[in-house]
Amino acid sequence: MSNIITLARRELAAYFLSPLAYVILTAFIFFCGYFFRLYLLGTADANSLRYVLELIGFTSLIISPMITMRLLAEEKKSGTLETLMTAPVTEVQVVIAKYISALIFFIALIIPTVAYVILLLKWGNPDMGAVISGYTGLLCLTGVFLSIGIFVSSLTTNQIVAVVLTFLLLLIGWVIGYAGDFLQEGVWKEFFKYIGFFDHYDAFRKGLIDSRDVVYCLSLIVFFLFLTVRAMEARRWR
Amino acid sequence: MIQVEGLSKKFGDFTAVDNISFRVDSGEIVGFLGPNGAGKTTTMRILSSYIAPTSGKASVGGFDVVRNSLEVRKRIGYMPESIPFYTEMRVKEYLSFRAKLKGVARKERRNRIAFVSERCRIKEFENKIIGHLSKGQRQRVGLADAIIHNPPILILDEPTIGLDPHQIKQTRELIKELGKDHTVILSTHILPEVGMLCNRVIIIHQGRIAAMDTLSNLVKEQRIKVEIQGPISDIENTLKQIENVKSVSYTTDNLWNIITIELSEVRDIREQVYQKIMENRWIIREFKTERTTLEDIFIKITAREEGTSSAGA
Ligand SMILES: Nc1ncnc2c1ncn2[C@@H]1O[C@H](COP(=O)(O)OP(=O)(O)OP(=O)(O)O)[C@@H](O)[C@H]1O
Ligand SMILES: [Mg+2]
Repeated sequence: MSNIITLARRELAAYFLSPLAYVILTAFIFFCGYFFRLYLLGTADANSLRYVLELIGFTSLIISPMITMRLLAEEKKSGTLETLMTAPVTEVQVVIAKYISALIFFIALIIPTVAYVILLLKWGNPDMGAVISGYTGLLCLTGVFLSIGIFVSSLTTNQIVAVVLTFLLLLIGWVIGYAGDFLQEGVWKEFFKYIGFFDHYDAFRKGLIDSRDVVYCLSLIVFFLFLTVRAMEARRWR
Repeated sequence: MIQVEGLSKKFGDFTAVDNISFRVDSGEIVGFLGPNGAGKTTTMRILSSYIAPTSGKASVGGFDVVRNSLEVRKRIGYMPESIPFYTEMRVKEYLSFRAKLKGVARKERRNRIAFVSERCRIKEFENKIIGHLSKGQRQRVGLADAIIHNPPILILDEPTIGLDPHQIKQTRELIKELGKDHTVILSTHILPEVGMLCNRVIIIHQGRIAAMDTLSNLVKEQRIKVEIQGPISDIENTLKQIENVKSVSYTTDNLWNIITIELSEVRDIREQVYQKIMENRWIIREFKTERTTLEDIFIKITAREEGTSSAGA
C-alpha cells in the first residue's frame, strides 16, 4: 500500500510538472464552460445536466488518451522502467498507482465544473440526484477510458501511437452502441447496446445508478488493468 | 550469495547468454569483462530479475530470481548501464522517492540520503533537476540510488563509464570500500580497473564464459620469448616437446626467428629451453620471460573465436 502511495505521488507530480497537463486543463475547462453555456442558457430544460454531461463525456473520450499515453510508454522509452522494476515493487502496485494518479488528475479536471452546478443551484432548480448520478457516471465512464488507455500505453514505447490507438478504441466503444439502433429487436440489438459505453452512461445521466451499469464499468476497468499487468509481466519473458 | 547454473537468454533466435554457470561468494568483488555485445548487461538484468532467463537457474541471496523476484530485489542495489532517470525530479527528491520504494524506514531516510550524498559526492548538486545534470553527475546519482537502502549485494553495470579521471578514482575507492561488507558484481571495459577492484574476473565472450579465475591466477600464466637463428621447423618441433609447453609461435626478422613459447602451467622451463638451444647450436640473441597481462588474455580470448588469431599451435 505504501508503495502505491509513493508511486502515485511521483506520478501526480510528474503530471503537474508537464506543460501538457495545463494545455489539457485549459482546454477542458473551456469546453465545459462552453457546453454549460450552450445548454443551460439555450434550452428549455435548464435543470438537467443530461446533455451537458453527454458532451463532457465525449470530451473525456478525447482527453483520456492524452492523460494515459505517457503512463507506461514513457517509462519504457526512457528506460526508467528498468530502475523502477528492479526496485522491490510489483507490477500490480505500479499499474494501480499509475491508474489512480490518472483518475485523480481527471478529478482535478472536473472539479472546476462544480462551479457551474453551484450556479445552477443558485439560479435554477436542478435535480440534485440526477446531477450526482450523472457525475458518478462520468467518473465510471472515464474510469473505463483510462483503464483502456493505460493498457494501450503498456503495449508501445511511442506515445503518439498510444494516444491514437486509445482514441480509436474508445471511439469504437462509444459508437458501437449506435449499431444497436439499426438492428431489429433481438439478442444482437441488446448485445450491441450492452457492450457500448453510451447506453450505460445515459442511464447514469438520467438519474439512475443501476448496479448493472456500475458492474459493467468496474468489470471493464478490472479487465483492462489485469491485461496491463500481464503486458508488463510479459516484458520479462521476451 | 549469487549462484548461476546453466543460464541462457535468447532474444528470438539470437542467443545473448549461452549456458553460463558461476558463483559469487559473500564479500567478493567480481568483475565481468567482455567486448561489446558479450552479454554482460543481459546477465546483470537477469540477476536483478528485470528479465527472466530462457533456461537455467539463478539465485541471489538465496532467492530464485524468477520465483522470488521481490525478495531478490529487496537485497540488491542495481545500477543499470544507461542509468535512466525521471528527469523532471530534483536529485534529493529522487533519492527520497527511491528510498521509500526500497523500504528505508522513515526515521532512517534522512540519514541514508545524507550518507549517500556524502559518499557519492552529490551534495553540491542535490537540489538540481536531474535533467540538467552532466553525465558524470548522473552516474553518481545512479550509484547513490543503488546503495541507498544499504543492500548486501551490488550489481553495477559499468559504474565508472563517463566519469572524469578524478571521479573514476574516487568511485573506485568507494566501490572498493563497499566491497568490504558488500558482495559486488561489476562490469567494465577498463582492464586495469578489474585489477584494482576485483578479487575475481569472469571474462564473457559471445554469451559464454571464456575464462573465470582470480586475477593472480589469470595473469600468472607465463611465456618465454627467445630470438634465435636456425631452421624454423626444427626449432618449432624441438621446443614443442618440452613439458608444459602449450604453443610455440613465431615471427621472423631477417634471419632471426622471434619465438613465443606459451606455457600451459606455471613452471620454470628456462633451463630446458636453454639446453635445447645449446644442443642444436642455434644462435641466440635474446631470452626473456613475460607475464601475461589481462590485456593479453582478453585480446587472445576474444580474438580466438573470431578466428583472427595469428598465434596458436
Ligand atoms: N532486448 C533485446 N532484444 C534483442 N537483442 C538484445 C536485447 N538486449 C540485448 N540484445 C543483444 O544481446 C547481446 C548482448 O547484449 P548485452 O547488452 O548484454 O551486451 P554487453 O556485454 O552489455 O555489451 P556492452 O559492453 O556493449 O554493454 C547483444 O548482441 C545485443 O544486441
Ligand atoms: Mg552492457
